[in-house]
Amino acid sequence: MKKSDGKSSLERVKEALAAAKKYEAYNIFTKLNEKKALARAVEIDRRIAAGEEVGRLAGVPYALKDNFSDPDDLTMASVEMLKNYHAPVTATAVKRIEDEGAIMIGWTNMDAFAHGASTENSVFGVTLNSRDKTRVSGGSSGGSAVAVALDIVPFALGSDTGGSIRQPASYNGVFGMKPTFGAVSRYGVVAMASSTDTVGCLAQTAEDTRLVMSIMAGEDEKDHTTLPDFFDQPVETSKLRVGVIGDFMGEGVDTEVVGAVKDYIKKLEKAGHEVAEVSLPILKYALAVYYIVVPAEISSNLSRYDGIRYGYRAKDAKTLGEIYGRSRDEGFMPENKRRIMIGNFVLSSGFFDAYYLKAQKVRTLIIKAYEEAFEKYDVLVCPVAPGPAFKVGEHDDDILKLYLEDVMTTPPSLAGLPALAAPAGETKSGLTVGVQLIGPRGSDARLLQLAAEIEGAK
Amino acid sequence: MGISRDEIEHLAELSSLSLSEAEISSLGADMERVIAYFDQLNELDTTDVEPTFQVFPMENVWRADEVVQFEAGRAELLALAPEVKDDQIKVPRVL
Repeated sequence: MKKSDGKSSLERVKEALAAAKKYEAYNIFTKLNEKKALARAVEIDRRIAAGEEVGRLAGVPYALKDNFSDPDDLTMASVEMLKNYHAPVTATAVKRIEDEGAIMIGWTNMDAFAHGASTENSVFGVTLNSRDKTRVSGGSSGGSAVAVALDIVPFALGSDTGGSIRQPASYNGVFGMKPTFGAVSRYGVVAMASSTDTVGCLAQTAEDTRLVMSIMAGEDEKDHTTLPDFFDQPVETSKLRVGVIGDFMGEGVDTEVVGAVKDYIKKLEKAGHEVAEVSLPILKYALAVYYIVVPAEISSNLSRYDGIRYGYRAKDAKTLGEIYGRSRDEGFMPENKRRIMIGNFVLSSGFFDAYYLKAQKVRTLIIKAYEEAFEKYDVLVCPVAPGPAFKVGEHDDDILKLYLEDVMTTPPSLAGLPALAAPAGETKSGLTVGVQLIGPRGSDARLLQLAAEIEGAK
Repeated sequence: MGISRDEIEHLAELSSLSLSEAEISSLGADMERVIAYFDQLNELDTTDVEPTFQVFPMENVWRADEVVQFEAGRAELLALAPEVKDDQIKVPRVL
């Protein structure tokens, strides 16, 4: 983690809070955690002075995506439905980070329920890009990405179901890790799509990303889809076989994006890795599979919001049907409703086989294609997104164009693979471009070590 | 394929969403575009291909058959409900 330069925890937290306020125009935070963060900094400084063990992140300020549960305050997922929701539990990822002494300074804005690729679809309004305020921050972890890019905090937590950490990382020039499915506990994180939801982080360096991921990773008895921690095992990165996914380097991809990714590939070659191009034509079908499978899972996961047990309830709703129907219509954002409706469509009788089952079969083909590719290559490389950050409002009239932003990030999600977004370069106008490093399940630490090796290379 | 107004209303009912008139027409148009995009999957032959519903490598995860105290108490959970009466979550009459 960036050197504290002899500063106390209190000074670091005060600086982070001041920076958060200075950049208020970007609309990064849904709420600051000022009082509690300052009190915690004082406590950690006291423990340091007393010579106590304070952890690997002692006094480091961080930001938390608005969909992580923390009983100290509201967890809103940036949606009306949860505007007054006091989570009764602490997310395991948050607990592990805080047990190492990190200090949460605020909740970051996101697309409501993490449905989106621009952080425009939030009850708190859009979060602006760190390089160009007329552009989006990406999403759904847009607030977390901008908080790290503007150096308010050295790292922030996020969730990634189909690109929600990687794409905003790419749009703002920071590192963003979506781990192997099951690497980090999802306990206490607002559910979106259970077969691809992952918890990860955004950070300024590959080494910081590795540290935060290794702290969060590992089995959790509260989430039975967690794997043993594989971050602390030694990794081999001398002379790797790198496959460049040619299908994502041509038509439909911005030439400046291709250029930046090619520059990164040159660095990999210069570092002694063996690079070849690989064609995986099946991957272009992943987006259609994703937008069938994920809305189907969303329609189930979001059925819990009924206006009865917790969350928003419509005023003056009398009958049970009115409570359900109106609370859900008023409490969800348009994109939430769109996905619930698409999900129920692909699951409904008459369409189940043609859409849902077909998609899950194609998912098998995608996983097989990756498995075959990983017999020949250790790492696959492609851009994170087809272009740099787009303009605010650019995709308002065409939902499909917004979905197409996810074309390169959804394939690893469907296969449960680890994927890292690393800064690759900039466009002439100063927008950032990210490269995506993808590996077999469990190779997270190797991807991070490879990115660390290239990070300083010219 | 086209989606009829009846179908949108049926899906809204399945989704427990009381949609407005404006929402019904805009959702219908959006869904038609998205579902038309799905049709590209028909280019692929999936005969004899098994579907994959989840990617977690383990089949069963067991724990000891012991009661684990949930971290939140009854009062905290009840406090989340919009309407409570006599320590119970209140729902409208159903019958």
